[in-house]
Amino acid sequence: MSLALTIAVDGLTYASWLFIVALGLTLVFGVLKILNVAHGSFYALGAYAAASLVAWAAALKLAPAWSIVALLLAAVVVAAIVAPLVERGLLRFFYGRDEVLLVLVTYALFLVLEDVTKLVWGTSPYYVSAPYALFGNVEVGTQVWVGYDFLLVAVAIVVGLLVWWGLNRTRQGKIVLAVIHSAEVAASMGVNVSRVYMLAFSVGIFLAALGGAFTAPMISVVPGVSVGVIVVSFAVVIIGGLGSIGGAAIGALIVGLARSLAVHLAPVAELFSIYIVMAAVLVVRPEGLFQQTQARKI
Amino acid sequence: MQANVGRRNESGTSGRRLAAWAAGLAALGFATAAPAQETFRLGIVSFLSGQAAESFGIPAVNGAKVVLEAFNAGTAPAPYNKVGFGGVRIEPVYVDENGGATKQVQELRSLYDREKVDAVVGYVGSGDCLAVAPVAEELKKFLILYDCGTPRIFEDGKYNYVFRTASHATMDNVALARYLKARNVKADTFNLINQDYAWGQDSRKDFVLAMEKLYPQAKQGEDLLPKFGAGQYGTEISALMAKPADVTHSSLWGGDLQAFILQAGPRGLFKRTQMVFSAADHVLPGLGDKMPDGTILGARGAYGLMAPKSALNDWWWSIYQKAYNVYPVQAPYRMIQSLLGLKLAVEKAMAANGGKKPTPEQLAAALKGSEWDSPAGHIRMALGDGHQAVQDTAIGKTRYDAAKKMVVLDDIQRFPADCVNPPANMKSEDWLKAGFPGAKCN
Repeated sequence: MSLALTIAVDGLTYASWLFIVALGLTLVFGVLKILNVAHGSFYALGAYAAASLVAWAAALKLAPAWSIVALLLAAVVVAAIVAPLVERGLLRFFYGRDEVLLVLVTYALFLVLEDVTKLVWGTSPYYVSAPYALFGNVEVGTQVWVGYDFLLVAVAIVVGLLVWWGLNRTRQGKIVLAVIHSAEVAASMGVNVSRVYMLAFSVGIFLAALGGAFTAPMISVVPGVSVGVIVVSFAVVIIGGLGSIGGAAIGALIVGLARSLAVHLAPVAELFSIYIVMAAVLVVRPEGLFQQTQARKI
Repeated sequence: MQANVGRRNESGTSGRRLAAWAAGLAALGFATAAPAQETFRLGIVSFLSGQAAESFGIPAVNGAKVVLEAFNAGTAPAPYNKVGFGGVRIEPVYVDENGGATKQVQELRSLYDREKVDAVVGYVGSGDCLAVAPVAEELKKFLILYDCGTPRIFEDGKYNYVFRTASHATMDNVALARYLKARNVKADTFNLINQDYAWGQDSRKDFVLAMEKLYPQAKQGEDLLPKFGAGQYGTEISALMAKPADVTHSSLWGGDLQAFILQAGPRGLFKRTQMVFSAADHVLPGLGDKMPDGTILGARGAYGLMAPKSALNDWWWSIYQKAYNVYPVQAPYRMIQSLLGLKLAVEKAMAANGGKKPTPEQLAAALKGSEWDSPAGHIRMALGDGHQAVQDTAIGKTRYDAAKKMVVLDDIQRFPADCVNPPANMKSEDWLKAGFPGAKCN
C-alpha cells in the first residue's frame, strides 16, 4: 500500500475528529462572538456522558449496536442540560462586553467544569470499548484500520452537511444568518435574538459533546481530556477563519494532513507542523482562509 | 490550559483553631498540663487535576493519606512505628501540581513562606522538578522530589536542600534492554514512540544508548515523538505498522498510554512487534483484558505486582487495598518510599537535636547518603553526592488471568540497583556510552 494513501487516510480520520469539535467552536463564535475556551470541557462532558450511557445500555443487556445510539444520546443530553444552564445562567450577562472578558469568563467556566466532571465521575478511567469493536477492521495492504475510524469520517460529513443545510436552506437558518450579520438590525426586524443565541450555543455544545462521545471508545476517559482537543481546534478555526463552516472543514483537513505528513515523513516536526501551517496562513490571510474581511462599523 | 489549584489542609483550620483556643486558655490560667501541640507541617505536591491526576497524582496522594494516617496513629511496622515524626504529629498540606512549571515555582514559594511547611514532598513532572529544585535551594528549604524521572536534576546541578528518593529514568530503560538481552528477544530492529517533553526525550535517549551496547547490530527505525496529551495515535500506529520492527519501545504513561493501547491493540500492532513499555504497570488494573498478553513492561522500580515479598510490603498492600479497593501501583509506592525515608531522616535529626523539630540543614544532613527499607526493597541515597536514590527494579511480561479477572505479570526478572544505575560521580549518558562500567548484575 502506498505511503501516500496511508497519509491521506490518517489525515482524513484525524481531520474528521477535529472538524466535529471545531465546527461547534466556530459556530458559537460566528453567532455569539464568543471565543469559547470551555468548548473542550463540553467535549469532556460528552465523553463522560457517553461512558455512563454505554455502560447503562450494557447493563440493560441491549444489543451492542445500541451503544452507537447511546453515544448520540450522550451528546443530546449534555446539550439539553448544560446549554441552558451556561447560556441563560452565565453568558447572557456578558453579551456586548469586551471579547477578552468573555474569553476570561469561558476560561473560568473551563476550570469549574474540570472540577465538576471530577466531582461527578471521579478520577478513575472509564472505558467504552464496545462501539469501537462494532465495525471490524479494514485491511488494505500492510495497513489495518479499525472500521470505527471510518464511521467518524461519515459522522463528520453528515454533521457538516446538516449544519450547512440548516443554516442555508431553512427559515430558522436564515434568521441565524441575519443575527450573524447584525444582531441589532435582526432585533429591529422582530427576531428574538436571545433565542437565536440559545439555539446556536446549544448546537455548538452538542457538536463538542458529539466529538467527545464518539472519541470516548478510542481512549480512556480521564480528567484532562478536554485540554488537548481545544488547542488544536483553535488552530483549525483560525486557519479556516473564525465563524466559517467551510473554513472549519478545510482547516481540519489542512491540520490533519499536515500532521499526518509530519508523523510519516518527519516525526520530529509533528507538533511544529500544525502551527507552521497556521502561521503561514495568517501571514497571507490574517482573517483566516474563509472569513471575509469585515467593514468597520461606525 | 491550567486547572485550578486545590489546596487543602488535611487537619483543616479547625485543628489550628483548637490549638489557638488551647493557647488562649493557657494564657488565662485555665491550662491543663499539656501545651498546644507542635506539628510537622508537610507540603505534598502532586497532580490533583489534569491528565496526570488519574494515573499518578491521585494514587500518590491516596498513598500519602493512608501512610500519614498510620504514622500519626503509630501503627506502621518497626522501625517506622513512632507516632508521627518522632512523636510530632504530621500535618499535611496538599497542593495541585497541575498548571505548569511557572505556577509550581510560585506554589512552592507559597508553601514555604505562607503555609510555613517544614518540608515538601512532591512533583511528578520532570519539567516541574527541573523548575522547582533551584527555588528550594535558593530559599534554603527542604525538598524531596518523589517521582519525576529525568536524570538531569542531580547530574546537571548540585543541591544541598533537594533530594530525590527514587531512581531516575535511566534505570528503567537499561533494565528493559537488559531484560530483552537476558531473554534472547530478537531485536535486530527497534522503533520508538515517546512523548515530546523531558521525560519522553530522556527515556528515548537512554533506551537507544543502552541498545547500542547490548544490541550493537540493532537498527533504529521509526522515532515518533507525539505531544503530551495527544489522545489520538492513529497516524503514529500507521507509521509503526508500515515499518514494523522486532521491538517497539515506549515511555508513554497515563491516559496517553491507555489511548495508545486501546487504539493499537485492535489494529494488531502488538502482534507485529514486541512492545516494551518502561513505566506501564499503573494501567494494568484499569485496562484488564484490553491489555495485550506478552507485553514487556517496567514499573520504574520493583513496584506493585513486581514488588518483593516482605512484611513491610504486605502491610503496605493491606492498608492501601483496604482503603481504595485496588492494589498500589508505582506512584503510591514512590510516595511511601519518600515518606519512609523522610520519617527516618526527621527522627535521626531530632535525636541529634534534643528532640526538637529539625532545621532544613539538619534534615538535609540526616537524609544525605542515608539508606532505608521500603515496600519495593532497599533504598540508598547513593548518587548525586548522597541526594539521588538508587534501588532494585524488575521487568515482567503481561498475561490476562481470566480466573483472577486481572492482568498478572509472568517471567519477572529482578535487577540489582548497581546493575542498572550509573555509579556515583558518573553521568548516565557517559555511563551508557562507556558500556555500563562498574555495573554489578550478579
